[in-house]
Parts: sequence; C-alpha cells; structure tokens
Amino acid sequence: MASTMLSLASASASPSTSLALQNNRMTKLILGTSDHTTLWGTKKSNPFVKTKSRGQITMAVAVNVSRFEGIPMAPPDPILGVSEAFKADTDEMKLNLGVGAYRTEELQPYVLDVVKKAENLMLERGENKEYLPIEGLAAFNKVTADLLFGADNPVIQQQRVATVQGLSGTGSLRLAAALIERYFPGAKVIISSPTWGNHKNIFNDARVPWSEYRYYDPKTVGLDFDGMMSDIKEAPEGSFVLLHGCAHNPTGIDPTPEQWEKIADVIQEKNHIPFFDVAYQGFASGSLDADASSVRLFAARGMELLVAQSYSKNLGLYSERIGAINVLCSSADAAVRTKSQLKRLARPMYSNPPIHGARIVANVVGNPALFDEWKEEMEMMAGRIKSVRQKLFDSLTAKDKSGKDWSFILKQIGMFSFTGLNKAQSDNMTNRWHVYMTKDGRISLAGLSSAKCEYLADAIIDSFHNVK
Amino acid sequence: MHPQLSSHPAHGSATDRRLNSMLRHIDPSIASSSLSSMDSQISASPTSGFHGDSVFAHVAQAPEDSILGVTVAYNKDPSPIKLNLGVGAYRTEEGKPVVLNVVRKAEQLLVNDRSRVKEYLPIVGLADFNKLSAKLIFGADSPAIQENRVTTVQCLSGTGSLRVGAEFLGRHYHERTIYIPQPTWGNHPKIFNLGGLSVKYYRYYDPATRGLHFQGLLEDLGSAPTGAIVLLHACAHNPTGVDPTLEQWAQIRQLMRSKGLLPFFDSAYQGFASGSLDADAQSVRMFVADGGECLVAQSYAKNMGLYGERVGALSIVCKNADVASRVESQLKLVIRPMFSNPPIHGASIVATILKDMNMYDEWTVELKAMADRIISMRHKLFEALRAKDTPGDWSHIIKQIGMFTFTGLNSEQVAFMTKEYHIYMTSDGRISMAGLSSKTVPHLADAIHAAVTRVR
Repeated sequence: MASTMLSLASASASPSTSLALQNNRMTKLILGTSDHTTLWGTKKSNPFVKTKSRGQITMAVAVNVSRFEGIPMAPPDPILGVSEAFKADTDEMKLNLGVGAYRTEELQPYVLDVVKKAENLMLERGENKEYLPIEGLAAFNKVTADLLFGADNPVIQQQRVATVQGLSGTGSLRLAAALIERYFPGAKVIISSPTWGNHKNIFNDARVPWSEYRYYDPKTVGLDFDGMMSDIKEAPEGSFVLLHGCAHNPTGIDPTPEQWEKIADVIQEKNHIPFFDVAYQGFASGSLDADASSVRLFAARGMELLVAQSYSKNLGLYSERIGAINVLCSSADAAVRTKSQLKRLARPMYSNPPIHGARIVANVVGNPALFDEWKEEMEMMAGRIKSVRQKLFDSLTAKDKSGKDWSFILKQIGMFSFTGLNKAQSDNMTNRWHVYMTKDGRISLAGLSSAKCEYLADAIIDSFHNVK
Repeated sequence: MHPQLSSHPAHGSATDRRLNSMLRHIDPSIASSSLSSMDSQISASPTSGFHGDSVFAHVAQAPEDSILGVTVAYNKDPSPIKLNLGVGAYRTEEGKPVVLNVVRKAEQLLVNDRSRVKEYLPIVGLADFNKLSAKLIFGADSPAIQENRVTTVQCLSGTGSLRVGAEFLGRHYHERTIYIPQPTWGNHPKIFNLGGLSVKYYRYYDPATRGLHFQGLLEDLGSAPTGAIVLLHACAHNPTGVDPTLEQWAQIRQLMRSKGLLPFFDSAYQGFASGSLDADAQSVRMFVADGGECLVAQSYAKNMGLYGERVGALSIVCKNADVASRVESQLKLVIRPMFSNPPIHGASIVATILKDMNMYDEWTVELKAMADRIISMRHKLFEALRAKDTPGDWSHIIKQIGMFTFTGLNSEQVAFMTKEYHIYMTSDGRISMAGLSSKTVPHLADAIHAAVTRVR
C-alpha cells in the first residue's frame, strides 16, 4: 500500500507535488506566507510540516511531531476514578464505597425485576429502532413529568411543563446549562458547598458562571441553614439556585419541610430561579411522593423552575442513560417555546436521545402492575440502605469509646454519608483499610453490606482518631 | 424587545423585579437604579401564587429542525399517497422500517443473559465495542492499531462523535477553523460552532456537472491556513452522493499532508454505500497508511439500523501511543460534563455482532441487501424518468452513491412537489433513496417530471 502511495506521488504532476519537489532535504515547507507568527503562532514552534527529499520522490511525509504533542495527561475523574482504583486492588478485604451505585447485601449489582420484565415485553413486541424525536420518547416524557409533579398537579393539567428526555442527570443538567447560557447570559448558578463533583464541570463546560452557597456545617455535621439563607440572599437577583430535590449528594443532609418553605421564600424574594437536581426520587425515603415534596412545594407556590431527573438509581438504569430536563413555566406558551429551544440545543449535541432506557421507564411507570412492583423494589433498596446506616451507627457507637456523636449517620438520608473525614483520613481508609471512597469524606452506603459494617466501623474509628 | 417602562411611585412589585432582572439579562447596560420604579403592564392579583410574566418570556419559538422537521410535516399530512424522502432512514420495499435479523438475534442474547448488569460504563464506553469499531474502520491489521496509536471513545452516534471531537479540538488544537464541504449535512456547522470551532467552506459539489468540483476543492484546501481542520465524508457524501474517486482521494491526501491539514472523517455509511465494508473505508485507510494523524467519527445508525440507540465512536489516530493515551484522558474531560458515560444497549449489540464470526457474516449479507436495494431504486427512478422523457440529464441518479440523491431540483420545485404530490424531502433537493420502493417510484417520477416542466 505504501509503495502505491509513493509512486502516485512521484507520478502525479499536481501543483502541490511540484512545489514539494523544489525543496531540499529536511527543509520546512513555507506555504505562501513569510510570516512565521501567522503560521506557527507566537511562542510554540510547530514544525507541523516537513518534507523529505529522497532522490526523485518527494512525498509530504506525515510529520514526525504529533499535533497533539503538547497535550498533558488529564487527572482521573475523582469519583469514577475510585472504582478503577478499586478494581486494581487485590486485597480480599477491599470495599468499594466510591460511586453511588446500589449493591445487594452480597455486594452485587442489581437489575430490578421490573426492568427485566419490561425488557422482555419490549423484546416480544419487536419494536423498531427508528430515531426518536429530538425531545425524546413522548410516552417517557409524559410519565416522567407526571411522576415528578404528580399526574393531577395543575401544572401538568395546564401544560406548563416543558419536558425533554436527556442523557440521565448529567445530560439533562447540561441541556439546562446550555439553555441558561444562551437565554440568561451572565446569569449565575449558585451551587451548594459541597455538591456533586461534576456540577461545576457541567457549568464550566457550558460557560455558565457559578459560585457557592454555604450548605454543610462540619461542626454540626449538619445543615448550615443560616449560611445558606444568607448566601442565597446575597446572590445577584435572578440567579439560578441549584438545589438537590432530596438525598443531597455528597452530604445526605436535606432541609426540613419548614426550611424548604423558608428557602422558597428567599428565592421568591430575590426573583431567583430554582434549579432542582432530582437523582434519587423514591430512593431516598422509599416513597416517590415524599421525595418529590420539595419540588412540589415550589411548584405549588406558582414558581417557575427547572428540574433535572435521573433514573440511574431509582430504576437501576445507570448505563442506559435515561433522565429528563423539565422546565416549569408560568404559561403553556412559554413552555412550548422553551421546549423548542431545548431541542435546538440537543440537536448539535447528539441529535436525539437513546430509546432503550426511555422505553423501559415508559413501560414500568405506565403499567400499573409494574409500577406497583417498582415501588416495592424501591422500598426494598431504600430499606436496605437504612438498615446498614443503623448497623454502622450501632457498630461505631459500640466500638468508639471517645464519646463522639455518630448519630449524623442516622440523620443523613439517601445513598451517601458525609463522614466528616478529611483527605488524609480518607487516604488512610484506602491505604490502610482498602476502603475506597471519595476524598471529600463521602461514603456510598449503597456499597456497604451489613456483614462489612463492623470492619468499616474499625476503619472509620482508626482514620478519625489516629490520622490528622 | 423591552417592555414599556414608565415611572411609578413606590416600590415595584415582584412582577416588576422579575421583569427588571430579565431586562438586565438581556441588556446588562441597564443600571438597576433606573428600574426601581417601573410600571408593569401586567397586573397580578395579590393572592395569586405567581405574579406576572415568565422569566422565559423572551425565549422565542425555534423553527423545526430542517431535516427532522420534514418527517414532522409528513406525519401531519393525511394524504394516502404521501411519500417521505426526508430523513435518511432505511425502508423496506414495503416502506417499513427494518430491524436487522442479526440485531434482533444479538438483542435476544443480551436480554436473556442473566449475568448482564446495567452498571455505568467507563467514561470512554464499552471497551470491546471501542476496539472492534476501530478495527472495522481502520482494518483489523492496521499498524496504527497494533502500535496503540489509536484512541477510540464510544459516543452518541455520528452527531455525538463529531461534537466530542469538535470540543476536543476547540480546546487542544492550535487551529480552530474547520473546512467543511459545500454542501454538507445540515447539522455539521451547528455541531462545530457549538463545539468551539469556526466554520469555512470548501467547494465540493458542482451543480453544472452534478458531480465533484475537484479543481475548486483542491484550490480551496490549497489556500487553507496550515494545520486547519478539514471535514471529509468517508463515503456516500451527504447530501450529494458524490464521492471522489480513489485517484482523487490520493491527491486530496497528498495536498492535505503537504499543508499539514488535519483530516476529520465523518463515516456514517461504511458498508452501506457500496455494500462492502472494506471498499467504503478506503479513503480513511489511505490517510492512516501514511502514518499521519486524523480523527474519525463513526455511526452505526444506518449500517446496523441502530438509529435510535445512538451508537457511534470517535477515533483519534495519533503519532504515537503516548500521545494517544494523553489524548484519551482529555477526551474523558469533554465527555464527563456532557453525559458522564455512554448508553450501553446499542454498543453491546454492535460488540456482540462484530465479535462473532457467524453474526458478522450475517450482518454483511443483510447490509449488502440494503445497499443493493438502494442501488436498484436508483436504476428504477432513472429508467422511469427516461421513459417519460423528462427533460434534463438524470444520469447523476445512478452515478451518485449512498442513501441520498441530490436531484438538482430547486426549492420552488421541491415546494411544488410537496404541495401537489405530497412528496416530502429537504428543500435543497435531496431525496432519500432508502424511502423509495418499486411501487412508489412511478409517483416520484411523475412528481419530478411535473416539477421540472411546470416550475422554474
């Protein structure tokens, strides 16, 4: 093949070849301009073009230096990188409390029975694989909005919700961020301190400015409510306030219903726009309705808001990438227009979303028998997490003689617990005890079995007391 | 578009404050003090939960996507003789969408496999899928693969692969201009712009010959700045169906390498164009063979009929393995804040088929059958127009390749065909041959004949 290339190069009399032939050995080919800075930029010398003359044949040899030579190695993702490190560990006591993916008591991944049933139904029906519309599967969009707001919610009846299927939580947040960047230029998103690590990456890549509001109080291992209220008040009017609908990630600390009311008050006062990230509906308390109460509270006040949803955890559809962005507008007309613009943002990103996960959700949520079964499985998953929380608390309290109050473990909700361990202590958890977690002190209780609670308690007590 | 402002004593209402903040978003030069007294046109009941206008009031209705919008319009039409030649999705002779038998088989295996889970894929996607995709496009014995110089990441079909590639280049490549052919797929410029690149065009289609404007192409690429990115359709150019010959590809390659232009291939029809997977990959392999770097976006939407599953891959062929590994790490930083990790279902179907010799063979047979049916539609349409003595030279219908034909009809003629004959196609005159059948060819021929003779 190469020899054919060379002979074509020598045989052809095209202008580019003859130009190349004029050059001597190893000279740079200057193309049309004598200005080096135009060609090569200011500081870097980019010898992207070299020609080699070997006898009669001059071929523009693909350059020796890569165009990507200057690119540095990126650091591993702080969350997803944990699982990679865990896989590489050969110690038999190793425990993966990194990424928030549900595990059974046997520490196995879990595919819900209703999901298997739905997939079998889909296979039997032999549905086609045509492109979805840009906004996604209509049946999915309908059930997801109904699930979030309640099917009989006036906002649904009045068609004020624009729903677009997105690539799970991340993709839905990214679409919303793109909408904010385009239609609210200069508007800021304020995010909790701490928050899910990927939030800031999403807003950075979407070029939406962000800043933090106080949230976690290390002293109480609880909510810094005054700090939160004060920072929300301080934010420029019309900011977007990113709120976790339930089961705050990474802390597991949620506002009480009374606190939610006050948060809504100050948001309304400042004409901020609430932006909910709902990744755990049903998974936090075990009840779909209870976990949606914060969103519904705001909606009931007539507020406009954005909500990103994910079915990764509550339906165990992690890798199917299924979620939605919902924009609750004050009028049906605004909802129609906003949806049209969300589509315009999705088209140059991925054209239209994947069908498989959407069909599973539509089948489960849309079928009363499957829906009831789902609720049971979800209660089971949430129940298992509550029970390991209890077991861990019991083990810590029994083993730790220092009198430290470990009750925050019971007060926190959802998949994660913010242990209060610092980076050095978290490193100790990994290096000494082979417990994998994120460096902010977050552990995923979904990855904990009751059998391992005692071991984990030992690790935490050791790291907390013996490492500074 | 500003609401009327007039002075008003006392504080503004919540409505006013909301409108103020919206105004500031639209025009940051408006000082907040000047808006403290503002009379809103909207009076809100004090007891209503929500006061006044939407923060989305300034969001205009977007037009329908020009390609996907064709299907939207088609669906609305009640005519029994309507024909959808808009979007490039394969249809059978009966006009039905098709799921390949081998795909159903693979899906059955996957769903029945009780050991399968739905855990997050790595950010770069399903490893097997990535390896097999690289082999498919570059050839199993490609030295670039053997030397570990290729990084492949799973993305959301062709669109997603192009977007991730664009974002990567926008961040890490020193030349931020991409040259794209005139014309090209309607979504290309939007993808590249949003990815951070600016778009320029190089001449490609010659309306006079309904073929390749080769001289124009060489001139335009020849005058591109050194290092500029160049989008190339690997085969079955969309929308024209006009491809360079192998000799022309060789010249393009040589010119590009002499100017250090960076090739970015869009490969959406491998195997679908000629019926041969290897033949349709020749252009890409020619470039890779010279040891140079390039990007390749692959889609399985058409050749495996996996449209809605959104399966594709972005490969970047680098100078050496070290660069490839660093490039991959940076691709992950693009992907994570976009969708975290890709969807598993479609990629698993592809991997299942590509790694099993029998399924792979079955696939190639079904693929060739699809390609052959399209080629036969081309011949039928050409014959029908010849039989009607439709004015003009219609040989381009059989010379062009792939799913689409660039008919050469203008937008008035297209509009006429839609209105009078219920033929749905894009306004640039592109028709999807995949949407034709022997039964519907006569109707299309009638429509074209009428358009050409009655509409200028």
